[in-house]
Amino acid sequence: MTTFVELLVNGISIGAVYALIALGFVIIFKATEVVNFAHASLLLAGGYLVARLWPVVGFWAALLIGIAAAALVAAAIEFLVIRRANVASHSVLAIVTIGVDIVITTELTRQIGTDVLAMGDPWGSQVVRFGGVTLAETRIVALVTAALLITAFLLAFKYTGWGVAMRAAAEDAETAALMGVRLGRVSMSAWAVAGALAAVAALFLCVFPTPGLDRSTSLVALKAFPAAILGGLDSTTGALVGGLVIGVTESMMSGYQNDMAFLGRGIGDVAPFLVMLVILLIRPAGLFGTKELARV
Amino acid sequence: MADLAVSDLVVGYGPVRALRGVSMRVPSGSIVAVLGANGAGKSTLLRAISGTLRFHRGSCQGAVTLGDQRLTGLAAASVVARGVVQVPEGRRVFARMTVEENLRAGGLGRPRREYAKAHDQVVELFPVLADRARQRAGLLSGGEQQMLAIGRALMAGPTTLLLDEPTLGLAPLMAARITETIKEINSLGTSVLLVEQNVAMALSLASHAYVLEVGEVVLEGTAAELRASDEVRRRYLGIADAVEGTLRTRTLSRWS
Ligand SMILES: Nc1ncnc2c1ncn2[C@@H]1O[C@H](COP(=O)(O)OP(=O)(O)OP(=O)(O)O)[C@@H](O)[C@H]1O
Ligand SMILES: [Mg+2]
Repeated sequence: MTTFVELLVNGISIGAVYALIALGFVIIFKATEVVNFAHASLLLAGGYLVARLWPVVGFWAALLIGIAAAALVAAAIEFLVIRRANVASHSVLAIVTIGVDIVITTELTRQIGTDVLAMGDPWGSQVVRFGGVTLAETRIVALVTAALLITAFLLAFKYTGWGVAMRAAAEDAETAALMGVRLGRVSMSAWAVAGALAAVAALFLCVFPTPGLDRSTSLVALKAFPAAILGGLDSTTGALVGGLVIGVTESMMSGYQNDMAFLGRGIGDVAPFLVMLVILLIRPAGLFGTKELARV
Repeated sequence: MADLAVSDLVVGYGPVRALRGVSMRVPSGSIVAVLGANGAGKSTLLRAISGTLRFHRGSCQGAVTLGDQRLTGLAAASVVARGVVQVPEGRRVFARMTVEENLRAGGLGRPRREYAKAHDQVVELFPVLADRARQRAGLLSGGEQQMLAIGRALMAGPTTLLLDEPTLGLAPLMAARITETIKEINSLGTSVLLVEQNVAMALSLASHAYVLEVGEVVLEGTAAELRASDEVRRRYLGIADAVEGTLRTRTLSRWS
């Protein structure tokens, strides 16, 4: 029973981190109808800067710089690549983002080499115990931070002028422009917010129990793709639910993999994609989505 | 306040020529009507003024000016910022947002105090928008959606309002209501460029009118002149016949 609770809380915590990534993915899609395959490289860029800078400027300053830099890189991609690419189809833009991803990821993996970079976070490998349940401090911080960020984002999306502009542009870009909404700003801000969220997620993907940031970190980030897709690419609620489903599934499958040896080792890594496939077979637009992936 | 003027406007969608050298003027404070059959280029004219041709892969030559400012080449949002605001054909309310959020979307660019004032005016003009504030705009009736679309545009504080077939598809009573509202908005000082197929209604409101035909102005004059002209009478009756004709065939095909 205690194992179950531990696995569940860990799953929710990692799921909340996936939700941060998926949320960014979804707002970019809503604002620009582009499926951003460069998302994992944004995450890697943010995490890399934190890992390199904390020995120099301290952890918190490094974290702020990492977040700001990821937001800047994302805004730059929007401004220099997406906005200028004069193509008819959003699928072509999606392929363009694959190109951007390859450029950024290749350069960063070259910089990282075979190193495993520590994040310099203040929580280290400390654990807390509630009754018989043992949890890593990093997992609790991740859960609380992700929950706060997601709440703040959803409130802004619902109540601020920025959120109204964003939703109007997502629903009908031409009419939003007719009402004076500056579409360029909306889409650039969507990319920047997504970049910032990805950098925060990078931190929590690389702290204890993970040894640190290495060249495979962007692969871990890929698990957020099924989260966004199974929730529905154009649904913020979907991103949250998708993230949690993937996090909990992965945690449970890894935790109980000895009992499920018949499924083979490493089922925890495959599970997110299996869950996504099953859900897409039943609901092609994802759990909360309104647009089918085929229309992307 | 300044006159809105269009001169020698040529618009193409790829190889398709939609406007071939159109010129017209909306004097400050007036109501000017643009009449024309389906496909004459009326919506294209409004898109060229509002700067939304790029959403339709269209391109334009010629000039659109407001007083001594050139609007041609500006982004749609900048045209709005200069006071020229369009209520698009088919209402185009944000269906998934609430009525209140739609109004908010219209007034995003304005300081808080002006916003509150504009909101009061819109709600006074259309009380139903206050009653339905928290309802999704997609659930409103056609007439209510048209009121919302006009109210949303008013939130931006237009000095010139462009209306694309505001009575299309509305029952006579609702159409009359919208007509009254247009008169009221104009009496408060806003110039109106009104695109309509309902010729009688448009000529009753406007001081001046232009008739578009396949992308060209074929007739223009004061509303009184046009009302008296044989050509308009003939064409107006012709349009009425055509509309009745299509209605009849539609009803028949539905039953057959
Ligand atoms: N997005 C587009 N792409 C290509 N051609 C277009 C496009 N929009 C309009 N056209 C063409 O341009 C011409 C003028 O169209 P427009 O929509 O301006 O007419 P309209 O007078 O508004 O007609 P309606 O009364 O039916 O609204 C038509 O021949 C139409 O087929
Ligand atoms: Mg039209």
